[in-house]
Amino acid sequence: MTVDAYRQVIGLEVHVQLSTQTKLFCGCSTIFGQPPNTQVCPVCLGLPGSLPVLNQHATQLAIKTGLALNCQIAATTKWDRKNYFYPDLPKGYQISQFDQPICYEGFLDFADPNDEKALRRVRIIRAHLEEDAGKSMHDEAAGRADSRIDLNRTGTPLLEIVSYPDMHSPDEAKGYLTELKLLLTYLGVSDCNMQEGSLRVDANVNLHIESAGRTIATPIVEVKNMNSFRAVERALVYEVDRQFAEWKKTGREKGQAPKQTRGWDDVTGVTLPQREKEESSDYRYFPDPDLVPLKIEKSQIESASNALPQLPSQLRAWLQTEHGLKPYDADVIVSQGSHLVEYFQTAVAAGAPAKRISSWIQQDVLRALKERGIEISALPVPATKLASLVNAIESGEIDTSRAKEVFYFWMENPSSDLVAARSALGISSVDRGEIEEVCRQLLDENPQVVAQVLEGNAKGLGSLIGLAKKKNPNADPKLVRELCQQMIESRRTSS
Amino acid sequence: MKLEELSALDLGRKIAGRTLSSREVVAYFLERIARFNSSITAFSQVCADLALEKADQIDRQIASGMAMGPLAGVPIAIKDILCTREMRTTCGSRMLENFVAPYDATSVEKMERAGLVTLGKTNMDEFAMGASTETSIFGATHNPWSLERTAGGSSGGSAAALAAGMTPLSIGTDTGGSIRQPAAFCGVCGLKPTYGRVSRYGLVAFASSLDQIGPLAHRVEDLAACLETIAGHDSRDSTSINAPVPQYTRLINRSISNMRIGVVREQIEHAGLAPEIRSAVNRAMEFLTGLGATIVDIGLPHSRYSIATYYVIAPCEASSNLARYDGAHYGLRADTKSLHGESPLEDMYCHSRSQGFGEEVKRRIMLGTFALSSGYYDAYYRKAQQVRRLIFDDYHRAFEQADVLLGPVTPTTAFRLGERLQDPVQMYLGDLFTVGANLAGIPALAIPAGNDQAGLPLSIQLQGPPLAEEKLLSVAYQLEQALFFQPRTANLS
Amino acid sequence: MQLSSADVLKVAKLARLHISEADVQPTTAQLARIVEMVQQLDNVPTEGIEPMAHALDVHSVLRPDHRLPSLDRQAALSNAPQRDQECFRVPPVMGHDH
Repeated sequence: MTVDAYRQVIGLEVHVQLSTQTKLFCGCSTIFGQPPNTQVCPVCLGLPGSLPVLNQHATQLAIKTGLALNCQIAATTKWDRKNYFYPDLPKGYQISQFDQPICYEGFLDFADPNDEKALRRVRIIRAHLEEDAGKSMHDEAAGRADSRIDLNRTGTPLLEIVSYPDMHSPDEAKGYLTELKLLLTYLGVSDCNMQEGSLRVDANVNLHIESAGRTIATPIVEVKNMNSFRAVERALVYEVDRQFAEWKKTGREKGQAPKQTRGWDDVTGVTLPQREKEESSDYRYFPDPDLVPLKIEKSQIESASNALPQLPSQLRAWLQTEHGLKPYDADVIVSQGSHLVEYFQTAVAAGAPAKRISSWIQQDVLRALKERGIEISALPVPATKLASLVNAIESGEIDTSRAKEVFYFWMENPSSDLVAARSALGISSVDRGEIEEVCRQLLDENPQVVAQVLEGNAKGLGSLIGLAKKKNPNADPKLVRELCQQMIESRRTSS
Repeated sequence: MKLEELSALDLGRKIAGRTLSSREVVAYFLERIARFNSSITAFSQVCADLALEKADQIDRQIASGMAMGPLAGVPIAIKDILCTREMRTTCGSRMLENFVAPYDATSVEKMERAGLVTLGKTNMDEFAMGASTETSIFGATHNPWSLERTAGGSSGGSAAALAAGMTPLSIGTDTGGSIRQPAAFCGVCGLKPTYGRVSRYGLVAFASSLDQIGPLAHRVEDLAACLETIAGHDSRDSTSINAPVPQYTRLINRSISNMRIGVVREQIEHAGLAPEIRSAVNRAMEFLTGLGATIVDIGLPHSRYSIATYYVIAPCEASSNLARYDGAHYGLRADTKSLHGESPLEDMYCHSRSQGFGEEVKRRIMLGTFALSSGYYDAYYRKAQQVRRLIFDDYHRAFEQADVLLGPVTPTTAFRLGERLQDPVQMYLGDLFTVGANLAGIPALAIPAGNDQAGLPLSIQLQGPPLAEEKLLSVAYQLEQALFFQPRTANLS
Repeated sequence: MQLSSADVLKVAKLARLHISEADVQPTTAQLARIVEMVQQLDNVPTEGIEPMAHALDVHSVLRPDHRLPSLDRQAALSNAPQRDQECFRVPPVMGHDH
C-alpha cells in the first residue's frame, strides 16, 4: 500500500475488577446487577465525614496477580488521591496509587500468533489497586435530558495492569489479552466478564514510521470503549490505518500534538475523538491523608508465591512434556480452564492413555458441555468413569464407536456403570471365532470386493465393515477389517 | 442554684445521686440558651425537644438502677461539623445548609452511649476554616466577655456556649488551633488530643492529617472525663490509634513534682506576644516551680515556619476534601437552567460551588489547588511536608528534655469582630503558637489564666508528646488550683 | 514566583469555582499575598528530608472482607438535590465514561 514501512507500537491498560465480597474501602457488597443505589454507604457515597478502610482481601488478590505476572511486590505501598470532577465519582477524587504501585516490573509470555512454537513476551510496567467509579446513564426518555447516577459500582476494587508498549500488531494485543484473561481466571482473582465490565481494556497506540532515513513516531492515541477482545482487535486495526493516513496527510509527529483520547464505536467501526478539557490531565495527585501506607512482609510474599496455583503456561508445558500432547492440544485443554485440566489429570491418573483422553475431551466432552451449557464439574460422566471406558477400548473389550454410545448413555443415566450400559445397549463381547465366521460369510457373499482387494483396491473393505455390523452389532470394525484382509490374502496365496 | 458554675462531673454526680434530674439540668441550660443565644450566636441549632426526651430517658434509667457513666444526663453542645442523624450538619456553610447525615459520627455515638444529652450544634467558621467564627451562614459568634469581640474560631460557638453558661460541656475540632484559641479567647479549657486518639469518623474533613476532635469545658476534670468518653480505637478510621484509653479522671491529681516543664524560647520571646499573656506564662512557671517541677529552656527552631507550612498543607488537603461538594449528590445545587453554557454539568459544578462556599473557603480551595497543581507540587506541597517533618523532629527532641511544654495559646487576647476579616494573612498569623501541635500530631491543651486589665480572658498552653494527655491534664489540674487560673463564666444580663 | 491572573483563572477552572471578571484582580492580589507568605519555606534547607504525610507512624490498617449492611436507598438518596426513585439526577453527562 505504501513504500513507507512502519512498526505498530501498542501498550495496553487493563482494568480488572477483583473478586472480593466487599468494596475496596467499605463493607458494601460488590455483586453485579443489583437495583441502583442499594449497595452504597456513607463511605462509597463520599458523604461528608466518612473515611476509607482498606480491604485486606483486595490486597491479597493484587499480590497474587502480581506474582503470577512475574512482578516485583512493593515492600511499602501507599494511596494517593486522583482529583477530578465527574458525577460517578462522588468524592471528587479517586483513591488510587500514583508513585508506589503494589506490583511493578513484570512480564507475561504467550504464544506468538505468527509462530505457534515460539513465545512472545510483553513486559508489565505496573499493576496498582484503585477504586472503581459508579455509572452514569444518559436518560432521554420522556424528554428528560439529564443523567441518572447509580453508585453501586463505586468503590469496587480494580487492579489496573499497565503493559509496556511491547505489542506490534492487533494479533499480539489479542494474544496478550487472551493469555492475561486466562491467567486471571486460573488465579480466581476476577470473573473477567467483559459484558459486566469486570475486565476493561484501554490501548495506547502509535506508529514508528521509517521514512527518509529516519524513524518518525506518530502522536500517541489512547483508545477507549472497547467492549470485547474482538473490538480491541478491530479498533487497533482501524486506528493503525487511521494514524498512517493522518500522518500522510499532516506529517504530524509525536510531541507536536497533545496525547489524544479516542473512543471506539463498535457499530460504525471507527474511533472518534473524545472531548477532553485542557486541564483534565492535571489530577493533582497527592498522598491520601485518610489512609496509611501498607507494608508487605517478605514472608507474606513468599507464602502467597507458594500458594499460587499451576498457571496456564506451566500446565501447557506439563501436558506436552509429561503427557506428550501436541502444543495445540495442550492449549485447547488449558484454555478451557483449570477444572478441565483437573478432569484430564484425574482420568490419566486412573490409568487411561493421555492422548486418548485428550481426544475424548476435545471431541465428546467439550461437545457435551457445549450442548448442555454446563461446566465440567456438572458433567454426568466423571473423569474416572471416562478413564474406565477408554481402558475398555484399549483392552479391546469394546470398540470406539460403541464406547461413544456408552458415553452418551452415561450422560443420560449417570448412575449406570459399564456393565449396565452394555446390557442396555446390547453390547456384549464377541468371540473371535464368531467374527471369523461372519467375515468368512461376507467374503463368500461379496466376491466382487474380494476381487477388488486382490487387484490392490482396499476401499471395498469399508463396505464389509458396515455389513458385519448388521450381522453382529458388537463386531469390532478394526478386527473385522483385519480378519477380512487376512482371509483375502490367504485366498490369494491358496489360489 | 447556678448550675452553670458547677462542673460537668458535679452535675453528673448530682444527676446520678438524684438530687437533680437530667431534665431539670437540661431545661436549665435550654432556658439560658433561649435567653442568651440571640446575642451570642453560640448555637446554630438547638434541639430542645430531643434533648428533653433524652433527659427523661436517662432519668428513667437512673431511677431503674441502671449503671451509668459519670456524665450520664449531663448536657453537651456539639460543633456543627460532627455528623448527627437527628440534626442537620451544616459546617456553617450554605453548601450544607439542609444536609442531614444518615449516620452518627463515632464520637457522637460514644457520647450517646455515655448518656450525654445533646443540646444542639454550635456555630463555627465555615468548614472550620477560620479563627474568629465570623464566616458562618448563621452569623458571627460573639465573645460573652465582650460582645464586640470574637469568640475565636473555628470552634467559637463551642467555647462561647461554655463561657455564656449555656452548656457545661462542649465538643470542638482543632485543625490549627480551633479548640485552643477559642477556649483561650473565651476563658475556658480546651484540649486537642493526640492525632488519632479520637476517631475522625463522622467529622466533616477540613484537613484530614491535622483534624482532631476534642472537648471544651470549665474544669480540667471535665476535659478528662469527656476525653475518656470519646477517645479510643475505631475500626472505621484508619488513622485511629489502637491503644487503650487511660482513666484520665483518676490520673489527673498525680504529683507533678518530678516533671520537667519546657518553656519554648521562640514563643515566650516572641515580639508579638502581649505582655499580659507573657506574665501569665511566667506566673504559671513560678507556680509549677513551687510545686517542685523543673523549668527547662526549649528551642523549636523550625516553629517560625509552622504558619507557612500549615497554610500549604491544610489548604491542599482541603481543596481535595471539599471537591465532593459539587451539587451532584447532596448539598446546594445552583439553578443553572437559564445559563445555556457549553456544558450544563460544568455550569452546575462551578455555580453550585461558587454559591455554596464563602470567600475564605474558596480562597483556601484555590490556594490548595494551586499548590498541588502540576509544576508547583514540589515547590509548595512537598516542601511543606518536608518542613513538617523538621517541625515534628524539633518536638521530638524537645520531649527528650521536657515532659510538657508551657507557653501561650495566642499572641493576643480576643480581637474585635471584623478586625481581621479583610486581611487573611493577619488572621493566619494569629495561629502561630497552635498549628505546631497539629503538624506534629501531639496533644495540646489551653487553660484560662485569669483576665487582663480590660477583663478579657488570658490563657496558657501545654503541649506534650504523643498520647501524653494525662500529663497535660495533671499539670493543668495543678494550675487550676492556683486562684488566678480558676475559670469563670462571663457575666451576662 | 509572582502569582498571575492567568494562574488564578486556571486554578479556578481546576477547582470548579466561578470568578467574575471584576473579582479576578482582587482575588489574585489576595492569593499572591498568601503565596508570598508561604514562600518563606524556600529559606529552609530540606534536601534529603523525607516528606511527612501523616502525623502517625501507623501502617497496614486493614479490614476483613466481610459485608456490612448498606444504607437503605431512600436514606442514600435523601440529600440529593435532584433524584428519582432509584438514582441521583444530574445535568447531562456528555461524552465519555471515565
